[in-house]
Amino acid sequence: MTELNQDGRKIGDTLLEVKNITLSFGGVKALTDISFDIKEGEIRALIGPNGAGKSSMLNVISGFYHPQQGEVWFRGQKRGSMRPYEVARQGVARTFQNIALFKGMSTLDNLMTGRITQMNTNIFWQALWKGPAEREEIAHRERVEHIIDFLGIQAIRKTPVGRLPYGLQKRVELGRALAAESKLLLLDEPMAGMNLEEKEDMCRFILDVNDEFGTTVALIEHDMGVVMDLSDRVVVLDYGRKLADGTPDEVRNDPAVIKAYLGGAHA
Amino acid sequence: MDHQSDTFPKLLSENSQRFANKVAMRQKDYGIWQSWTWAQMRDEVFALANGLAALGFQRGDKLAIVGTNRPRLYWGICAAQCLGGIPVPVYQDSVADEMQYVLEHAEAKFVIAEDQEQVDKMLEIQDRCPNMHHIVYDDPRGMRSYQHDHLHDFVDVQALGREFAQKNPEYLTQVIAQGQGSDISIFLYTSGTTGKPKGVVMTYDNIILTARNSVDFDHLTSSEEVLSYLPMAWVGDHIFSYGQAYVAGFCINCPESEATIPTDLREIGPTYYFAPPRVFENILTTVTIRMHDAGKLKQRMYNYFMGVARKTGVQLLNGESVGFQDKLLYSLGNLLVYAPLKNTMGFSRIRLAYTAGEAIGPEIFDFFRSLGINVKQLYGQTEAAVFITMQPDGQIFADTVGIPAPGVDVKIADNGEVLYRGPGVFHSYFKNEQSTRETKNEEGWVYTGDAGYFAENGHLKIIDRIKDVGRFNDGSMFAPKYIENKLKFFPHIKEAVAFGHEKDYCTAFINIDLEAVGNWAERNNVAYASYQELAGNPQVYQMMLKSLEEVNRSLAADKLLSNSQIHRFLILHKELDPDDGELTRTRKVRRRIIAEKYGVLIDALYNGAKECFIRTEVTFEDGRKGAIEANLNIADVPTFAAVKEAA
Repeated sequence: MTELNQDGRKIGDTLLEVKNITLSFGGVKALTDISFDIKEGEIRALIGPNGAGKSSMLNVISGFYHPQQGEVWFRGQKRGSMRPYEVARQGVARTFQNIALFKGMSTLDNLMTGRITQMNTNIFWQALWKGPAEREEIAHRERVEHIIDFLGIQAIRKTPVGRLPYGLQKRVELGRALAAESKLLLLDEPMAGMNLEEKEDMCRFILDVNDEFGTTVALIEHDMGVVMDLSDRVVVLDYGRKLADGTPDEVRNDPAVIKAYLGGAHA
Repeated sequence: MDHQSDTFPKLLSENSQRFANKVAMRQKDYGIWQSWTWAQMRDEVFALANGLAALGFQRGDKLAIVGTNRPRLYWGICAAQCLGGIPVPVYQDSVADEMQYVLEHAEAKFVIAEDQEQVDKMLEIQDRCPNMHHIVYDDPRGMRSYQHDHLHDFVDVQALGREFAQKNPEYLTQVIAQGQGSDISIFLYTSGTTGKPKGVVMTYDNIILTARNSVDFDHLTSSEEVLSYLPMAWVGDHIFSYGQAYVAGFCINCPESEATIPTDLREIGPTYYFAPPRVFENILTTVTIRMHDAGKLKQRMYNYFMGVARKTGVQLLNGESVGFQDKLLYSLGNLLVYAPLKNTMGFSRIRLAYTAGEAIGPEIFDFFRSLGINVKQLYGQTEAAVFITMQPDGQIFADTVGIPAPGVDVKIADNGEVLYRGPGVFHSYFKNEQSTRETKNEEGWVYTGDAGYFAENGHLKIIDRIKDVGRFNDGSMFAPKYIENKLKFFPHIKEAVAFGHEKDYCTAFINIDLEAVGNWAERNNVAYASYQELAGNPQVYQMMLKSLEEVNRSLAADKLLSNSQIHRFLILHKELDPDDGELTRTRKVRRRIIAEKYGVLIDALYNGAKECFIRTEVTFEDGRKGAIEANLNIADVPTFAAVKEAA
């Protein structure tokens, strides 16, 4: 079924579904019986207090953690135990809470690494950089240049990312995730540590990515204003359990959520 | 000349044959310099013109151009001219209200806007501009969800034009042939230093004759390369990037974005360059700061060879002879320091550079000239299609602006005002006959509003705006801009405003230069969190005090202006900003607004107070407003006795 959200964007069928996920590290239960779905074209937020299991959940989706129980369904197929790069090849890209770029490499080169899952020539062709490898690299470069243009980072194209301010590094990281041309984009706290202007820019980019490329976005964020404005639906986690799931309005008025955030039950 | 096309569309046709395969325009896009030859450019312009015609563009209609320097916006200018219409470029960083005034006043029926940001402004003011029918946008990003009734993608308009051309193959040729030199070619709105902007009406003859004269004066050829980065609404860009480019057939290059201009400049290496003094100042500041960070050996080399350049560079550039040893040293310096430095600045290939609009500090001027960069000054204004006076090669002085431009007559009125007439003199102010009559008399002389005089060598010297030249209470002359310029020549002073008319003595507001002073603070472990905090720092006050003392010493030596020594000053807590109305878009001080807004501070400068409280409203870049408060210190400056005239 196709429905339209309030901005007139298209929300399609279920893209990813997690069913009864339970993840534990030794005796610590990080996630307990979590189920929710992400639909094609939507912006889905994952929120919760510190230690609620948000990043663990994201790591399960990206294939970094393997849950003891439960299933992950992606594009209508149950996913077996996969390594992260296999998940990436399936069309899931992500950014990290702590920036994980190659600091010594330029913005351009960092973005080019995002294309790795799309490259078909082998290492020998690439070393020779003739024929198919050259053609392929030109095509990838063109794609990357579109992303540079999209993010407005032309001026830092050749700057080593280690020299860039934090907000720009976050933007480059988003760029690298975009370069993978994924179906599903996982953003782990994309606005953490940013000032107001940088946050506004980042919001704009997330909305534009969603709008222009039709990319489905799942994001973890602490800034409630941002979450409520950006997302179509919100999942609330607390102590590894799902507390609520619904539109921003529904979630905002849910007594359990208010208690978790304001009630100080476990302050 | 044998080729006498009298309008730009005719020149375009001519150039598309003369220079068919020569590159006319480049723009960096997706990391690559995309280029168009004159023939390709003609096709693009004609497709757009036909498209506009298909949308109903008539002879005499106005087309507003809103955006940064992009090929498609330049094509828009020529496309409107093809149809006998009038292009109206608008300052793209104006807020919506300012744009509304210009678009409404010009009766713009069509708009070409750069991107979503500019389209949003147009949609915001659409209700108040009943004439505005069609908006064409260049960059489609973010435009998908907009209603497209009156909104058109640039490429769609061109496609429409190609269709139209098939059905009406003769139409465009005919309308172009109807145009003639005396027709109106463009409206250029003044930046509005005093009151509302005025629409300066220019004819093809104005622009083309002036462009031809200046191209001949400086021997510009079709092989020049220019970087177009100054606002398209400004007459300078219209002459340098459009008029002269069409007349001489040279290539203009549009930067990738505002932030990449320095990189793009380096990649293009223009041969012909224009920049206001501020830009040259910034370059020098950056070079100086970066040399501080360089290794010991490099610093010593730089200092030594810059000494050599200071001694002989200017003479060499002027074609004067210097000793053999000096010549040898200079060549060595060129190899080791000047050439690499020029390469970093993007001036490796530069043949000619102009600066105008403000006085340029002699040190800055000489710095560039001593490196062998032929920077010259000119004096001009919108109403003259730029050129009033220009410096001929070999006769370059920092404190004068040259001799009358070819075909231009200049005279000084009894009150000291500079008057001129010539081929570039504007047609009229749009819908403002009274101002036209006040500015241009029956004999065609135009009042510049500037006070100046001819120095003994026949070169013009400009002192200040005639209306700003005031008197102290004792009757002696007060020329605020002259004083402000002296202050602004210091790298750590960004802006200054002097007061003194109908007062006993001279005082000043100072704006520190955040880059220069911030760098100094970093080196000297001075912690600061904001502009305001740095501006209020006592050590910064000491630094300014030293500069002001120096200014006073030099003013004391000038018998006309020894009374203008600055007695008291303060450092403002915020930067003067065009968004707050304190500066014009071309960054000229708006005295009346500043006097109103900071009245309390001016009073404090004259009542002996040691500090003063002020609350100021500020406008952020997105149009929201906020307020900042501060307690400002006021400092006294030592003054000097007027130096007696030497015997």
